[in-house]
Amino acid sequence: MTATKKKVRSQGGGLRSSLIKKPIKHWFPLFMGPTIIAFAIGFVWPFIQGIYLSFCKFRITSDATFIGVGNYIKAFKDASFMHAFWYTALYAVVSVLIINVLAFAIALALTQKIKGSNLFRTVFFMPNLIGGIVLGHIWSMIFDGILAKYNTSILLETKYGFWGLVILMCWQQIGYMMIIYIAGIQAIPDDIIEAAEIDGANRWQTLVNITIPNVMSSITICTFLTLSNGFKLFDQNLALNGGQPFIFKADGSVVKTTEMLALNIYSTFYGSNTAARGTAQAKAVIFFVLVAVIGLLQLKFTREKEVQQ
Amino acid sequence: MAASLTGEKVRRTVLSVFFALLSLLWIFPIVLVILNSFKINTFVKTNTFSIPAGEMWAGFSNFVKGMTFGNYPYLKSVGYSFLITIVSTAVILLCTSMSAWYISRIDSLVCRIVYYLCVFSMVVPFQMVMFTLSKTADTLKFNTPFTIPVVYLGFGAGLAIFMFSGFMKTIPLEMEEAAVIDGCGPIRTYFQVVLPVLKPTLISVAILEIMWVWNDYLLPYLVLDRTKYMTIPIHIQYLKGSYGVVDLGATMAMVLMGIIPVIIFYLCCQKYIIKGVAAGAVKG
Repeated sequence: MTATKKKVRSQGGGLRSSLIKKPIKHWFPLFMGPTIIAFAIGFVWPFIQGIYLSFCKFRITSDATFIGVGNYIKAFKDASFMHAFWYTALYAVVSVLIINVLAFAIALALTQKIKGSNLFRTVFFMPNLIGGIVLGHIWSMIFDGILAKYNTSILLETKYGFWGLVILMCWQQIGYMMIIYIAGIQAIPDDIIEAAEIDGANRWQTLVNITIPNVMSSITICTFLTLSNGFKLFDQNLALNGGQPFIFKADGSVVKTTEMLALNIYSTFYGSNTAARGTAQAKAVIFFVLVAVIGLLQLKFTREKEVQQ
Repeated sequence: MAASLTGEKVRRTVLSVFFALLSLLWIFPIVLVILNSFKINTFVKTNTFSIPAGEMWAGFSNFVKGMTFGNYPYLKSVGYSFLITIVSTAVILLCTSMSAWYISRIDSLVCRIVYYLCVFSMVVPFQMVMFTLSKTADTLKFNTPFTIPVVYLGFGAGLAIFMFSGFMKTIPLEMEEAAVIDGCGPIRTYFQVVLPVLKPTLISVAILEIMWVWNDYLLPYLVLDRTKYMTIPIHIQYLKGSYGVVDLGATMAMVLMGIIPVIIFYLCCQKYIIKGVAAGAVKG
């Protein structure tokens, strides 16, 4: 009886839903219009034009002439760009490891019913709300305050700039990743952990065999988030030391030793040499492909994890 | 048994103390900002970690200097930051939630294309479009604080539509059907039936957009006509970089003024902020 009732109801739902669809359809301009227009102005058109301009020689968008792949060749031959690429990759790997290990450790400790854990969470998450430019200036003051005692500055050594940025990003991102890990750890059913305890597993065995396999999806999300944040980093890089120290080469080119990809693209676009804008746009396309690949891999891995569960 | 229980208690206390100390270390940079914003500029670099007492005490002179530095009053930047953040967030919430509802209820080719383009736009970094976007915005006169929300709607539509669409799928159709049968048109159905159900997602998206727009530097820097309009991040970068004069005391005073609204906002809506940010973790 109930089964037939249910069936009738769902059929009725299907029939009636056309009742909603029909009247809505006429309101396309109101519901979709503003978003589509803004999306075309703010994303679709600039994106298409950006792809086209990467094959052009131009100073302003209206004087573009098609030149083929020359910009890409120039981009790959640009020593400062290649340096920025390897520097960014190194930074991304180091920051992914440090941020995730520390965030996971903190999450693990704070899920053990210790006193004040809510307050600690609030404090650790707080830096995440502060913008990159402001963060950069706060930390450049702190590092210079320390380094001034040794008569040096964050602007003078590549290694200071590198580790300075790692520390800054740890301060900003550990709290965020911690929140994701805490959600993952709290989602593990209590009975699995109890069963492990009854079986005599010690803390370390529970962590390796129960906790970590069960939070793999959180680990995937956080790894990719920190990875793509690392590659896209701009504000903090600009405000902390702006790519200093610089190396001036014999051929007149400059390699900014702590400059990352996003900042390199920016300074190529808006530097004094406006003839390099085509190269800058080609660099931007390469950068986009790189970031998009990371994003798509993330999507693939998170989907796979969902299927397994 | 009793021994292991005391051991557990000791372990937890040790952890508590450790994290209490770590928390102090975590807020130390903010404390330093406060200390140095009241310190005379020359001491900021040499005595960064000391309390601004005696000859180092600058009173509110850093604040006065920062607020009147150059020919652009800081409070104007604060005002524009508030204006742009509030209007952009409101516009994004209204327009994208309406579009997401339409997309999830009407299964047409246009809707599908818009949806997939939105998902695609989430993996595109800003540097890819920054030059062409700023030129387009300039030509179409979206270079003022009153029109820049359109640019934010365009560039930020992806994540918002993605998040709203995900939630729309879970709303039972029966409620909307009941509204239609009772004689509601699509607009009333949307505002009186769908929007109230959408509230948790609206809050999450609002938090994400507020944090993005308020802290955003490069987009407004490139799009806005900088001789007339600045926001807080632009102003702070300008304070530090302009004329080659680095006045750290004044910069820290302005940094402090810039983060006070953020901290108040965080303390007020902490629960929603943490939830909203975790919900937005899908974006790479």
